[in-house]
Amino acid sequence: MEMFYILLLFIIIAAVIAVETNDLLSSVICVGAIGFGGSLMFLFLRAPDIAITQIVVEVLGLIILIRATISRDRTFISGDREFFGVVVSVVIIFVIFLAGIRVFETLPAFGTPIFAQAPDAASQTYISEGMQKTGAANLVSSVILDFRAYDTLGEATVLFTSIIGATVILRRKSKKLLEDPDE
Amino acid sequence: MEQEQQNSNAVQQERISNGVKGMTIIVKTISSWVKVLIFLFGIYIILFGHLTPGGGFAGGVILAASYVLLMLAFGREFVEENLSLPVASKLDCAGALLFAAIALCGLLYGASSFFWNFIHQKYLMGTDYEFRLISAGTIPLSNIAIGLKVGASLFLVILTLSICCKDFKPGTSANGKE
Repeated sequence: MEMFYILLLFIIIAAVIAVETNDLLSSVICVGAIGFGGSLMFLFLRAPDIAITQIVVEVLGLIILIRATISRDRTFISGDREFFGVVVSVVIIFVIFLAGIRVFETLPAFGTPIFAQAPDAASQTYISEGMQKTGAANLVSSVILDFRAYDTLGEATVLFTSIIGATVILRRKSKKLLEDPDE
Repeated sequence: MEQEQQNSNAVQQERISNGVKGMTIIVKTISSWVKVLIFLFGIYIILFGHLTPGGGFAGGVILAASYVLLMLAFGREFVEENLSLPVASKLDCAGALLFAAIALCGLLYGASSFFWNFIHQKYLMGTDYEFRLISAGTIPLSNIAIGLKVGASLFLVILTLSICCKDFKPGTSANGKE
């Protein structure tokens, strides 16, 4: 349990540094540190699937961020913040903090999800009959690819659509230039 | 800071004009050793997704990461020779079609429902195939489809981003290696 507080402190410090520093490269590296702290937290919560996905996406995202920011932008930020924007952000964050305290009072304790206690919850069926019904030893993959495969189909469709948009908008030549015999 | 950037840009321009693309020889050598291991690890994560932690998404991202490593080390042209943009988009579509076909097979074979695990329910149920590589019916096939799709998609995103970034400002492009 103390492990989570240490990781939480690490993540908070990294987030503060990422916002407050003037150097863009150290800011990007701090964002990566936040992600790695999160993936360590998933690992200690015994969710290795999510930890693997988090760490892999984090590495790729960090590479893209560094390549996109460092090589083609000014990496040093100067100048003061606007007073009005700071006040508005602080007030909004404070309101969200108060609402969050009220919400967290109603949640069950950490590590005891409500699905694990309700006897007729859907997750109880997955745990007890998943191995027999799907034959997969990894219950997570049996849920996301068998019981809840519709969700995965929707996720794949979202990814497919976004890739189509990216390749259409960001292509090198327009259709007119492609028909041009000179190019 | 700007002086340093100008210096590094000048060095890169000089290297590019000498016909050297990408990073230094240390990075190139290491990444030419490591790329195969990363690719194999991605394939392992995908194929054993129904037995060990991992699965199609994480394995596909690792497959894309091996190509991104090549792109960073050797330059974009080297990667485009190996896996060009049309081939990658065809792989992407093939993954999506494979996943949809697996879903439709559940509908056709058992006349039961979309995404019915027909291989497991019809052929493997009751046998001692648990904890083996060939088990769980359609789940490994779905993992392969998702991995193909995610890997090709992320590779396509980075490839198109690098092409777009390079051609965005042709005159003032700092380094032509991406």
